[in-house]
Amino acid sequence: MSACWPIFHITVNGEDCAAQVPPMKRLLDVLREDLRLTGTKEGCGEGECGSCSVRMNGELVNSCLVPVLQADGACIQTVEGLAANGELHPLQQTFLQCGGAQCGICTPGMLMAAAQLLAHNPHPSTAEIREGLAGNLCRCTGFMRIFESVIAAAAYNLEDSKNRRSEQEADAR
Amino acid sequence: MSTHATTRIVGAPVPRKEGVDKLLGRARYVDDMEREGMGYGTTVRSAIPRGLIRSIGFDPHIDWSGFTIVTAADIPGKNHIQLIVADQPCLADGKVNHCEEAIVLLAHASKQQLREAVAAIHIEYDPLPPVFTIEESERQDVIVWGTDNCFKSFLLEKGDVDSAWSGAAHIVEGEYRTGAQEHLYIENNGVIAEHSAENGVTVWGSLQCPYYVHKSLMAVFDLPEDKVRVIQTETGGAFGGKEDYPSILAAHAALLAYKSGHPVKMVYDRMEDLAATTKRHPSRIRHRTALDRNGKLLAMDIEIATDGGAYSTLSSTVLSRATLHASGPYVCPNVRVRSRSWATNAVPYGAFRGFGAPQAIFAMERQMDEIAATLGIDRIELRCRNFLHDGDTTATEQAMREPVILDQLMDRALVESNYHARHAQFARENQGNPIKRGLGIAAFYHGSGFTGSGERTLNSLAGVDVTSEGKVRVLVSSTEFGQGTNTVLTQIAAEAIGLDMIDVIMAPADTGIVPNSGPTVASRTAMVVGRLIERAGLQLVAKLREHVALGECFSCAEFFAACEAYRAACGSVVSLCRYEPPPGIFWDDQKYRGEAYPAFAWSVQVAQVAVDTVTYSAEVEEFWAVQEAGRVLNPVLAAGQIEGGVAQGIGYALYEKVVLRNGRVANNQMTNYIMPTAEDVPPIHVYFEEIPFQHGGYGAKGIGELPHDGPAPAILNAIKDATGVSFHSIPLLPEDMFAALAAHHPVEEATTA
Repeated sequence: MSACWPIFHITVNGEDCAAQVPPMKRLLDVLREDLRLTGTKEGCGEGECGSCSVRMNGELVNSCLVPVLQADGACIQTVEGLAANGELHPLQQTFLQCGGAQCGICTPGMLMAAAQLLAHNPHPSTAEIREGLAGNLCRCTGFMRIFESVIAAAAYNLEDSKNRRSEQEADAR
Repeated sequence: MSTHATTRIVGAPVPRKEGVDKLLGRARYVDDMEREGMGYGTTVRSAIPRGLIRSIGFDPHIDWSGFTIVTAADIPGKNHIQLIVADQPCLADGKVNHCEEAIVLLAHASKQQLREAVAAIHIEYDPLPPVFTIEESERQDVIVWGTDNCFKSFLLEKGDVDSAWSGAAHIVEGEYRTGAQEHLYIENNGVIAEHSAENGVTVWGSLQCPYYVHKSLMAVFDLPEDKVRVIQTETGGAFGGKEDYPSILAAHAALLAYKSGHPVKMVYDRMEDLAATTKRHPSRIRHRTALDRNGKLLAMDIEIATDGGAYSTLSSTVLSRATLHASGPYVCPNVRVRSRSWATNAVPYGAFRGFGAPQAIFAMERQMDEIAATLGIDRIELRCRNFLHDGDTTATEQAMREPVILDQLMDRALVESNYHARHAQFARENQGNPIKRGLGIAAFYHGSGFTGSGERTLNSLAGVDVTSEGKVRVLVSSTEFGQGTNTVLTQIAAEAIGLDMIDVIMAPADTGIVPNSGPTVASRTAMVVGRLIERAGLQLVAKLREHVALGECFSCAEFFAACEAYRAACGSVVSLCRYEPPPGIFWDDQKYRGEAYPAFAWSVQVAQVAVDTVTYSAEVEEFWAVQEAGRVLNPVLAAGQIEGGVAQGIGYALYEKVVLRNGRVANNQMTNYIMPTAEDVPPIHVYFEEIPFQHGGYGAKGIGELPHDGPAPAILNAIKDATGVSFHSIPLLPEDMFAALAAHHPVEEATTA
């Protein structure tokens, strides 16, 4: 049976991956079962809760609604791809400091949604943060600390870009 | 004395202990785990609310040889779920009492095969008449449980209520209703079970109370303590929803593992979890209140009825807490609370954050606003005239021996919310405006820990040991499911011993390793278990000083060297402490009199609500929560508890409706069971007043449930303030407001063009 299934190629967190699976298998299940990347969670299986959010070709998607055939050839980023070189991503640091994660089950999806937001809007207003995270449900926090975490990460980005600028200016001098 | 000493770690915003694992996506929840040779399990459930099972048929088109099939006949021990009363079968045997009741279990190596197999099992029933409402159950025309449909009743009496009415200047009556509420933890219920003749049953799962599951499995399998092992995995939210239900699911998976000889994973999908697991008890609460001409309470006669669903589960203890919170944070010489929990053919209701208190407080705090309106007294003034103070007694005649600072909490809430200025502003702006804004208040307490003699019965044991790798381990069965158990208990251990956070770890919540520190419920962990860890830490240091001459001041290295010296001399390095009730505690379980709780946490909340008289929608625009819950052990986690509880309370009031059709949840999806999103939750302002409680862990009292108690009445009081219309039941959706608001705010005010 499995020999009849096509092979799908996806780049996940910068690594080339292949999976020979039914074309309608959910991207969520391919990530979790075939690629053993269990950081991405299932909360509802119908695109309401956002726990399974991943970034696909620069867009935020609910991986429970994406059949793997639609992801063939795509670049996917999951929560496992946020930290780099053993250092937490700024969002992961601020979620830790500000209490943005409680039970942690919505956290991977929430981080991906926040990363997506900041990628397109590095300094969002609170209203923009609310809108950007509206597809991700958190039952623990009441969202206040998640907003704070995103604001802090945006400030961190600002600080970082200021530092880079001053370093560049220093270099230029 | 530790409560007044300066602390290094307790009180600091220490990051969540398991936070990095959660943020990296490497925390292991049950669905992230696999066992060698593991298969999958599923449940075949009742399609009817009540009836006899005539036959169970297996469609011959399916090859059943690859399936493990379990029915009640396969249970080696007792066919019941051991909780308070053993009335709930593990698997239905001959009859069903609610929709979704488990009848047959199936396991197979392939998940995909299971769905088709469930559809190929045909169960035929002889239906019996069902009961769906409190009123039908009370009428007792149809008896669906016991001899009278009543799971439990309480009578609490103080003074002489009946003789108080004649001398009253005012009598105010009201009836209030609350609906079911789904926990909606984002991780559904799930377990993995294994069985072997040698080791008995082992279960890993998403759960709150490992020893509840342990006890239940012992009965179902007729096994001794040491042949059952329960291990909590990282748990993605619980809120009470994983207090009682995991005992059922664990038994199901373990039966499949037992019969199949392989490990079995059962993880519900959202639709199954929403349809088949417990929810908050619906309630109907009636108040009759007598007051003198100054608005002082003379008598309260309160009647509580809850819908318990088809089996008793925790209905008696939920009712107990509702009874003990029914008369609010007020002094009243004459109080009577009559409460009953009724059986219906709904899916059994169970524990949910607040545990009966949100229902009782909704009624009490709505009633206070109704009283204020009837008497023409300001609602703040009315509350302040009747607040409990130090030395006063509650309805159970419990004297307030700790400071009670309700006036201070009220003042702070009014100042922080800029209440009076806002109120005046809304009164002006509401004129001729289709958007009406209002403010609402709720004042309340929440009893910390188990009720009455509960903590003494639990007799919790907890402590610390020292590993050979040089870490102190906290030994508790108290579980982490987002509320911060790991962090605050390691903070307490580090503080008590004099170590840093990095030197202290949590032992796995595994009944094979940790003692029974009681269930992780009832806002008891920081206060009760925290105190045990504080004592155990201090006791360990004292032991090391006595036996291996640990110095007055010591470094981390000196401490662990002393531990190794102790280990060489005396064996393992362990310090355990057992619960000791605070002195002078008295509780009469028959008369419901005495010290109902070891301590109370107090709160005043203010909600600002805007009601659109065109669309009939109500939006909470801002929220203030002021509380005294003893010492705050970790300000970030504590504020997170308050904010999360308030958000759930907002959902309870305005969004979350469980629609039942013939006893079946009709909206068992996140698409149609609606909780507040990032765009719905208003700014929530949180303030703590701290009065350390001398019998709590570093002065802590319970905090987790408190914030859920107040939002619903505060919001409905704000809607009354905004529109002049009183609503008496929740959830309050636009369609529920439509008729009353349309009558009160005629269309011309609302026209825009």
